[in-house]
Amino acid sequence: MSFWQRHQVIEKNSIILVIGILLVIAIGGLVEITPLFYLKSTIEVVDGVRPYTPLELAGRNIYVREGCYLCHSQMIRPLRDEVERYGHFSLAAESMYDHPFQWGSKRTGPDLARVGAKYSDDWHVTHLTNPRAIVPQSVMPGYPFLKETELNASNIADHLKTLRAVGVPYTDDQIANAEADLKAQVDPDGAGSEALTKRYPKAVVRNFDGKPGAPTEMDALIAYLQMLGTLVDFKLYNEKANLR
Amino acid sequence: MSASSTAKSMTIGESGLALIFAVTAFLCVFAAAKALDPAFAFHASLGAAASAASVFVILNRYFERPAELPPQEINGRPNYNLGPVKFASFMAMFWGIAGFTVGLIIASQLAWPWLNFDLPWTSFGRLRPLHTSAVIFAFGGNVLLATSFYVVQRTCRTRLAGDLAPWFVVVGYNFFILIAGTGYLLGVTQSKEYAEPEWYSDLWLTIVWVTYLLVFLVTVIKRKEPHIFVANWFYLAFIVTIAVLHLGNNPALPVSLLGSKSYVAWGGVQDAMFQWWYGHNAVGFFLTAGFLAIMYYFIPKRAERPIYSYRLSIIHFWALIFLYIWAGPHHLHYTALPDWAQTLGMTFSVMLWMPSWGGMINGLMTLSGAWDKLRTDPVLRMLVVSVAFYGMSTFEGPMMSIKVVNSLSHYTDWTIGHVHSGALGWVGFVSFGALYCLVPWAWNRRGLYSLKLVNWHFWTATLGIVLYISAMWVSGILQGLMWRSYTALGFLEYSFIETVEAMHPFYIIRAAGGALFLIGSLIMAYNLWMTVRVGEAEVESPVALQPAE
Repeated sequence: MSFWQRHQVIEKNSIILVIGILLVIAIGGLVEITPLFYLKSTIEVVDGVRPYTPLELAGRNIYVREGCYLCHSQMIRPLRDEVERYGHFSLAAESMYDHPFQWGSKRTGPDLARVGAKYSDDWHVTHLTNPRAIVPQSVMPGYPFLKETELNASNIADHLKTLRAVGVPYTDDQIANAEADLKAQVDPDGAGSEALTKRYPKAVVRNFDGKPGAPTEMDALIAYLQMLGTLVDFKLYNEKANLR
Repeated sequence: MSASSTAKSMTIGESGLALIFAVTAFLCVFAAAKALDPAFAFHASLGAAASAASVFVILNRYFERPAELPPQEINGRPNYNLGPVKFASFMAMFWGIAGFTVGLIIASQLAWPWLNFDLPWTSFGRLRPLHTSAVIFAFGGNVLLATSFYVVQRTCRTRLAGDLAPWFVVVGYNFFILIAGTGYLLGVTQSKEYAEPEWYSDLWLTIVWVTYLLVFLVTVIKRKEPHIFVANWFYLAFIVTIAVLHLGNNPALPVSLLGSKSYVAWGGVQDAMFQWWYGHNAVGFFLTAGFLAIMYYFIPKRAERPIYSYRLSIIHFWALIFLYIWAGPHHLHYTALPDWAQTLGMTFSVMLWMPSWGGMINGLMTLSGAWDKLRTDPVLRMLVVSVAFYGMSTFEGPMMSIKVVNSLSHYTDWTIGHVHSGALGWVGFVSFGALYCLVPWAWNRRGLYSLKLVNWHFWTATLGIVLYISAMWVSGILQGLMWRSYTALGFLEYSFIETVEAMHPFYIIRAAGGALFLIGSLIMAYNLWMTVRVGEAEVESPVALQPAE
């Protein structure tokens, strides 16, 4: 029986055809995806990466909501010009607590993986409100409504709990204090800031939008932007130990 | 009438579905009242309204219909079910125009940013997923639903399986589109490209898609032909694989069952790999396998020629679906994804060139002996040019997946141009060609209202595509080169914003190309509308008939 005649078995039996399709499409995905969950070399061993503070997380959700990832990548490639323009190339470890990842696929605007601490809060407020007030050639949309909108974060502890369920190591302590931590991060003179930085090392406590009162969406988004790429100290990072 | 002898009663499908929708309506009202965020309340209200309407429609249909369900055959000929085909064709045209319009808007926003109006629901970041979903899933998806339900009946010579099920699939799918699209405008997204809808839309799509698979598969199983026609292999591969991809990429845990926000189960590098395994195979199976099925039915039918090579179709079918699945990592070259995965992705992407061109050759060579029809039949010309675009973009794709090329092209407009040569040239044109064939067949018209208008559509759209993709080639390569350009002293030559400024003229040209493509689709919509309403136009004979001597 020739190959073509054998193939007629599949052409005449729809269930065999469906099983054949399933088998053939399963292979590539299994080979490429499953090892990423158990190969130890997939994610580097790094000091400093921690889960997001409640305010940073709320800011990240605004970043996702507004579709920032459609024009800004958060993934610096190990190419000379990128490393010189944006900083050390991105490590897998730096996004290991990201659900979902925000590496992006297009740079209509610049990469943001290490934008943290590059510009002042004031710069961000002005730029997000009207990008062309600072960069005349910019094509970015303005987001003036962010500083007018109070941050809705009544159930932020539930967000932390959900993230813990999908693998982000939030502690009971962090979850119990989520709402207080969120407010403490915009109140540098308040009592909670010390406990916050203890729970989240390197967390920046500032009144990001410069306005008194309850945290706005602008506060949250800038808190997120200002921490991007700042957690790993590359002076201490052992590149040789993480060769792969 | 013999029909009156049997007592009229509700089928299990009718009563079951009406009951399920009645329960769903109540659950949705409850969810809307208790919702944590306004977007979820809005979607729950839509769900309640749609469920209540469904109950009404199902009951109304039952009271209106005769006691017996439509027969499988009339006088020994299959009694084809064309209602869902017509509905999906109409929706395809509607969403196509909507999707192209949003595309034109966001293209213009990149040239003139004041068009964002600084409002949340009109900004680029929210409109862009609306554009991609409207053209890929709403336009493309409805074309696939319409053609697959038509082709599977014809090639199996049997009526579509199920009574309410095909309607559930086409209407339910369009309800998914409605939820997804309005969600983007309200900021409901899980930010995974081409899989942005949140957890509840994903669950609904899963139900619709499994029903789709069952309707299609059962129709194939009860076929009257010994062989399963090649187009149906591709449709099956498309339906089955999209189900697998959807389930693999979208597992997420909602923060609350009464709110729209969820967190995806995968994180960081694994999430990236899952996403582009999904993302590239949305291209491979939604936009390629599904539309190759269209090619395998509509080109031979329109050209009145058999498929060029049966053996080539077997080889390229299995090779294509095997190789495509591996190609995802080429979206993640030089990222934090481990190198071994990137290398695998590149290798298989390059190999993928071969089965892709196998399909192109099979489609083009089907015209052997019928090439002259290209001169007289603009619909066939559209179908053939779509295959040529398919060949072009499946050469460009493997080339861009080579790491060195990708280091230049990635993150630039070259990718956008590549996608659109495939989307406008291949998917768009093959869909237009198929709809131009399908509408007269499904509505039982002798021909299209006007072939001249098809010709106009063809040339405006082709010109639009050429403007679009050439502008994106130039802007993409230009920006990639500017990013890596160094001065003689070893400093980066351009700041980022200088490279943005350099894009401006090309963004205007791109928007002009998109506008032409949109105008073409409006011409098409008019032509199809007139075809349904009045049928074929009277053709004025250019030369007066000569009297017989």
